[in-house]
Amino acid sequence: MADAIDAEGLIKRFGAVTALDGLDLTVRTGEVHGFLGPNGAGKTTTIRVLLGLMRADGGSARLLDGDPWADATALHRRLAYVPGDVTFWPNLTGGEVIDLLGRLRGGLDTARRKRLIERFELDPRKKGRAYSKGNRQKVALIAALASDVELLILDEPTSGLDPLMEEVFRETILEEKRRGDRTVLLSSHILSEVEALCDRLTIIRAGRTVETGTLDDLRHLTRTTIRAELTGPVNGLAGIAGVHDLTTADGRVSFDVDADALEPALKSLVAAGVRSLVSQPPSLEELFLRHYTGEPVR
Amino acid sequence: MTGTGQLLRLVLRRDRGVMPLWVFGIGILPLVYLQGFDTLFTTAPERIAYARVSAANTGFVALYGPLHGDSVGELVVWRGGFVPVMIALAALLTVLRHTRADEEAGRTELIRAGVTGRFAPLAAAVLATVLGCTVMGVIVAVTLIGQGLPAAGAVALGAVFAGSGWVFAGVGAVAAQISDSARGGRTIAVLVLGVSYVLRLGGDISAMGDGRLDWLSWLSPLGWVQRVFPFGADDWWPLALTVVVAAAAVGGGAFLLTRRDIGGGLLAGRLGPATASAALGSPLGLAWRLHRGLLFGWTAGFAALGLIFGGVGSSVVQLAEDSPGVSEMFTRIGGTEAISGAYFTTAAQLSGLIIACYAVQAALRIRDEEQNGHAEALLGTDVSRWAWGFGHLVFALIGPAVALFAEGLLAGLTFGDLGQVLETTMAQVPAVWVLAGVTVLLIGAVPKLSAAAWAVTATALLIMLVGPLLRVDQWVLDLSPFTHVSHGLTVAPMLSLTLIAAVLGGAGLFALRRRDVPV
Ligand SMILES: Nc1ncnc2c1ncn2[C@@H]1O[C@H](COP(=O)(O)OP(=O)(O)O)[C@@H](O)[C@H]1O
Ligand SMILES: [Mg+2]
Repeated sequence: MADAIDAEGLIKRFGAVTALDGLDLTVRTGEVHGFLGPNGAGKTTTIRVLLGLMRADGGSARLLDGDPWADATALHRRLAYVPGDVTFWPNLTGGEVIDLLGRLRGGLDTARRKRLIERFELDPRKKGRAYSKGNRQKVALIAALASDVELLILDEPTSGLDPLMEEVFRETILEEKRRGDRTVLLSSHILSEVEALCDRLTIIRAGRTVETGTLDDLRHLTRTTIRAELTGPVNGLAGIAGVHDLTTADGRVSFDVDADALEPALKSLVAAGVRSLVSQPPSLEELFLRHYTGEPVR
Repeated sequence: MTGTGQLLRLVLRRDRGVMPLWVFGIGILPLVYLQGFDTLFTTAPERIAYARVSAANTGFVALYGPLHGDSVGELVVWRGGFVPVMIALAALLTVLRHTRADEEAGRTELIRAGVTGRFAPLAAAVLATVLGCTVMGVIVAVTLIGQGLPAAGAVALGAVFAGSGWVFAGVGAVAAQISDSARGGRTIAVLVLGVSYVLRLGGDISAMGDGRLDWLSWLSPLGWVQRVFPFGADDWWPLALTVVVAAAAVGGGAFLLTRRDIGGGLLAGRLGPATASAALGSPLGLAWRLHRGLLFGWTAGFAALGLIFGGVGSSVVQLAEDSPGVSEMFTRIGGTEAISGAYFTTAAQLSGLIIACYAVQAALRIRDEEQNGHAEALLGTDVSRWAWGFGHLVFALIGPAVALFAEGLLAGLTFGDLGQVLETTMAQVPAVWVLAGVTVLLIGAVPKLSAAAWAVTATALLIMLVGPLLRVDQWVLDLSPFTHVSHGLTVAPMLSLTLIAAVLGGAGLFALRRRDVPV
């Protein structure tokens, strides 16, 4: 089957600001795809382009095998979108909004609607103004999850949810995943959420894709931190490409090492004689932070 | 009240663009009128004749209020009779913008969490507005004294203008507490203004006839400030009433503020249905839900206006027939039509201009929906841009027509000449549509300048209010769609105005389809 989303080299400018600067994003049909990036990286803009709300200044985008701009409404029948900054009409109740959005998408599974309202502990009789941000988020999520669609596009859906509801959200997405008939694009800047839910992920920064792949692929990109006490002097460690931040003092060394330099680095340690060794496993957190703080990656 | 001074500075800073615009723009209007009259009448007898005819023209009295003298000062005051409505609008919008709108946006919470008193935001908003109105009053007094008018009258007119603003700053302060949204607060305050205008109008017209309902004017702040009669009686005590009412209203607003939570209102919090009715399942169904309140409100208001226009219509005719000289003049000014025709034409022109505000307000809803994020969720579904925009445009077109129809129908029935009155009233509809079309075009093509639709409407209003007096060139008059309305359902102008409206609106929707949403 073709990819659910395939965007290449997207460019979008707002006056002097370049929000998207050659962004690539591929989401395979049936997967839960994490879309990560710091605030202002261009996640929302990308999603708006994919929904045909905005027109890209360059690049190409395909959504469910259609043109997001030209075929917008036909495509929207097959997807549900939860905007990042949801607000609803102050004089409509949450229940009315759920039904309205569901009907406008071409139908709603009432049994699922009922179940989701219970799970998210939403009072559907309250009016728009009376809802907090988290509750508005729930309204939008329930409307999306209760719709019979192939693709869910969720823009930072858990911002505003309390930890308990965040857990409910995770369970719900995991259930969707087990059923396996939906594709989910989940934009987020919460790593643990993405780690828990996603098959693959794309990290963007300043409108550009900086990493994309499965969680394991990306873990592979991260560095292991090694601290060791040695019996003799170590040679050649500094010369290995992929060893970073090396410090040596009274027989102790500590350094960060890329996955593919791990073997030569360990070999040179062993050659010097190891008294003790602590290694900190690679974490996505670290990779993530490196992208966030704008350090060049590798 | 702690922190009021700082907040006042913040309010003035945020309004540094808008406030000078209305303070100076409105402040110099009396000077403009004065110069208009000076060029219009070179001799005193001319002016006196004009004053006599105008004082007996019910349409004029309806629009501007009563005229009791014939000095140039009194003519200026009378001709500026609609200005307090504009001042009141500016005042109540300013207060609401810095109270309820801020609260809705969450800014008040941030400010109140700092070292500021509970009343500080309200006090700062009211003070800034009162300050603006007072400066405007000073401008009025100084400019008129500079032109050699009597100082007492000039100061009195300045105080009348300022006082109108003070009272409606108070109305804004109360409305901000009652509703739990900025939109609701504005609706309540504007409603009070509309009722005040209609009461004044009904009382003043009645005073021309049998006078049975002339006390209505005293129920209206707009009515009683006119009883100062600057340059005439120079009667100051209605101003004392103005100060007392303004202070009481602000105090009432402060009291209501203590009765509610931040973010809450006095009229809110009821639960609604847990599921949507069958009607709420299409863009049009949603538009109906969003527009029906406005539609009912305007239609009810205009029906009431129709009752008053129709009810006093017979005394207008009576009055004119009793004084043949006036009748003759009247018919000459009003064209070749019968007296009642001229009267209902003026009434219809006035109604057309007021209902244009509704058309613009309803059309601007498209932009509101875009800016407050509602549109994004909607356009992410199977709803096309076209269906979304059209749903709102329909109500901007049909709504004003329905309200005008209600007015014409009731005015015609109470007066007893349904055909003529209804025709005259409905003739305004295409001109109103043109303004709705302009609004949609702005929203589609230059969304960031959408609010300029109000400037366009204000320009049409100004052209009608001061254009003929200043004898501006015909092409300037022609800029306003209302200049092209004929007095009855003549096919050609109605068709061409409708066509223009359709082209503007269509172009607006087309542009809306091709641009980014939201921008
Ligand atoms: N309508 C707009 N007009 C101007 N600039 C915009 C607009 N929308 C987004 N931007 C800018 O584009 C960049 C990307 O924003 P966005 O896509 O919202 O980021 P994210 O969702 O990842 O936080 C930001 O610098 C933002 O300021
Ligand atoms: Mg975003």
